[in-house]
Amino acid sequence: MTEQTTATAEDLAAAGADQLPPPKTFAGRYLSTLWTANTFTVTVLAVLLALVIGGILIAISDESVRATTSYFFSRPSDFFSLSWDKVSDAYAQLFKGSIVDPAAVQAAANGTGKWERVFFPISETLTYAAPLALTGLAFALAFRGGLFNIGVQGQAIMGAVGAALAGFLLPLPVGIHLVVALIFGAAVGGAWGFVPGFLKARTGAHEVITTIMLNYVALFFLGWLIVQKGIQDPERSDAISKPVDGSAQLTHLLGFLGPSLRVNLGIVVAILVVAAVAWMLRRSTFGFELRAVGLNPEASRTAGIGVGSTYVLVMTAAGALAGLGGATIVMGTAVSLTGAVIGSVGFDGLLVGLLGRAKPWGVFFAALLFGALQAGGNRMQSFSGISLELVGVIQALIVIFVAAPALVKTVFRLKPAKVSGLGTGMSKGW
Amino acid sequence: MTASTVDAAQVVAEPTQWWSRQRKIGVGLVAVGLVAAVLFGALASAQSAEFTLAETISGSAVGMNGRVGAIVFGVIAALAGGAMLVAARRWVNWLLGLGIVATLISFLCWQLSQAPDSLNTIALGSVARSSVTLALPLVLGALAGVLCERSAVINVAIEGQFLMGAFAAAMFATLAGSVWIGILAAGIGGLIIALLLAVLAIRFLVDQVVLGVVLNVFALGLTGFLYEQLMAKDQSRYNQPAFVPEWDIPGLSKIPLLGPALFKGNIFLYGAIVLVILIHVGLFYTRWGLRTRAVGEHPAAADTLGVKVLALRYRNVLVGGLVAGFGGAYFTLLSTTNFNKNMTSGLGFVALAALIFGRWSPIGSMLAALFFGFCSALAVSLGSINSPIPSGFLNMLPYIATIVAVAGLVGRVRAPAADGTPYIKG
Repeated sequence: MTEQTTATAEDLAAAGADQLPPPKTFAGRYLSTLWTANTFTVTVLAVLLALVIGGILIAISDESVRATTSYFFSRPSDFFSLSWDKVSDAYAQLFKGSIVDPAAVQAAANGTGKWERVFFPISETLTYAAPLALTGLAFALAFRGGLFNIGVQGQAIMGAVGAALAGFLLPLPVGIHLVVALIFGAAVGGAWGFVPGFLKARTGAHEVITTIMLNYVALFFLGWLIVQKGIQDPERSDAISKPVDGSAQLTHLLGFLGPSLRVNLGIVVAILVVAAVAWMLRRSTFGFELRAVGLNPEASRTAGIGVGSTYVLVMTAAGALAGLGGATIVMGTAVSLTGAVIGSVGFDGLLVGLLGRAKPWGVFFAALLFGALQAGGNRMQSFSGISLELVGVIQALIVIFVAAPALVKTVFRLKPAKVSGLGTGMSKGW
Repeated sequence: MTASTVDAAQVVAEPTQWWSRQRKIGVGLVAVGLVAAVLFGALASAQSAEFTLAETISGSAVGMNGRVGAIVFGVIAALAGGAMLVAARRWVNWLLGLGIVATLISFLCWQLSQAPDSLNTIALGSVARSSVTLALPLVLGALAGVLCERSAVINVAIEGQFLMGAFAAAMFATLAGSVWIGILAAGIGGLIIALLLAVLAIRFLVDQVVLGVVLNVFALGLTGFLYEQLMAKDQSRYNQPAFVPEWDIPGLSKIPLLGPALFKGNIFLYGAIVLVILIHVGLFYTRWGLRTRAVGEHPAAADTLGVKVLALRYRNVLVGGLVAGFGGAYFTLLSTTNFNKNMTSGLGFVALAALIFGRWSPIGSMLAALFFGFCSALAVSLGSINSPIPSGFLNMLPYIATIVAVAGLVGRVRAPAADGTPYIKG
């Protein structure tokens, strides 16, 4: 009974939120996100808590800090001041690497530095954010439909494969080539998402298992493909494919300022897709059916919605989104396929989708945050010697705290207020 | 009364559904068998395909003409499928098993007949041994899942528990110079993730699937970070554990085929066997098991009868963490002897699949894990006979086989009814 009442309450809340007229402008939308309940506060505090724990990890894993623990009780100040130095330096690098480096701004203003250095951190953040937004959306969309899409990684790999193949095998004119390659990426990723959706609808095979297995199949397929004749770069002996044709590469948006600014059309694609998915979820019949099936498949079936076909469509759409994410990587930054071409962008997409509370614009801002952490983490690694894995820990902690608003409330003794959790029918278990 | 009503309803409904699941599988098996006979038969050469029960390919072996073998066993598989069509509701599992084994032999006949001259033997003893060894972490991970999910806490964090176990085992076995300390530390490593899982899921009501996924990323990041900060800088001090010793059981280890697989083992093998038996008996024949299952199916009813629902869940999740952490030690004390970032490479998820495939039962999970282990071992041995199939596709075999098995053969599985729902008293 408890389960049902919660579902109904969330149902009502969701319905109530949907009935509000959506703000027209971007700023209005952003402000209303700020306004709606304490979700924002909890998120900020979650980030803060995660950074604190990350700081503790930095301190205890540092050789010189650990040296001071041997005489901690005689001179504790050494331990604390040294820890503070290490942690504040690391986080300062994180900030400089992801948003802006004040020194670079000053140099550029004085005319001694280049504006390229000023925009470099933001460019990196946006570069990392673009595919994350798409893979995050791939997870979020399935999540809203009541499916747990752990296969984002595999779908993104297949998307990258599709886009790359179209990118260097098809001789097409500038402009069309780009669009065709993106469509190919989405299509192949969608096909990869279709399989678990179809299996779920027809045989009841659990999507968690099938998508995990398909991740490996995609990974091994990629490994096999890139050493095949006609695919492998003939000038290289290692496992790497030919580069995507220039006509199929995403244009660098800030290329006029300097070649190191990698931010490309991918972020534009991501924004357009986020807007489209937001519209689809909110306004279209399919979006309604998707949300209904996600909240209560039995009731939806009774109401005449084809639950099976919705599952198939949802997974295909999610796969297409993930594929697009993979495509933007191979067409934007990586250019060639390698075994690890997409890194862990698919798995990170799960976190992004969760942090964004499975809402399209939420996912977008979560992707910006994760992209910033990634970009800043790179600088932190090279300047402070803190390994990039710390970023993974921080990202996971943020999502844990966001997913456990009760925990954050307890830690900070917040006043009880309505905090929107991951409101879907997912707490139904398997 | 209810039960008999249901039975009656089923009996009445029976004649209307001629295309039962069994018949559909039968048709599929006939098709597979015929394809095997034609395709493998056509591709195979007349070279002899040899099978031996020993662990090495030298020595006595049973051999047959590769092409003849491929065709004969393909036809046998098709006949088994045909029998499933005709013999309604009887011998289903036996016929299905026969069909699968025959298809497999047909396939192997083709592969062996294509192998280079001296390599046309497959050592079944070695395949059996590596199947069991590869299945070990999966069995332990799935058992951890059984403990959690039978008491209604979804455990997607098996991967994270593996990683923490593997890391702790490598680190403390090296520091203490003893694998046993390493195994103990591995259990504690798994326990840490289990504790986070338990507190956040039971006390703070976080969505458990979400939580599991996030805890995996957390464990991956944490072990990777500590690896970079500590181990990578001083491997000999932190990351050089020894192998666990091998314990042969005298006499029994000489049995062909099963001896090397089951009685030439180590702490992980014997531990897994003992744990499977313990958890099976515990779950189905003791008071603890009855209570666990009650809490997993209908916690409110269990609570009414005085079972402390939350305490039991905490306890089971934590014990599960110990088991999964122990399984994690396999990676650093048996399969290799050092820790590496993300070295479990998703096997925790495979263990989860084995749990679901095995229908949330200890024995079923073990069989599912063995199936996966067998597919992996087969891929390895096919690689060693220079199979014409590219190694990338051979590596896919266990994963594709799992998809086929889950989609086609298992049907709709049913989790413990309350699995994944937090219990709020009152």
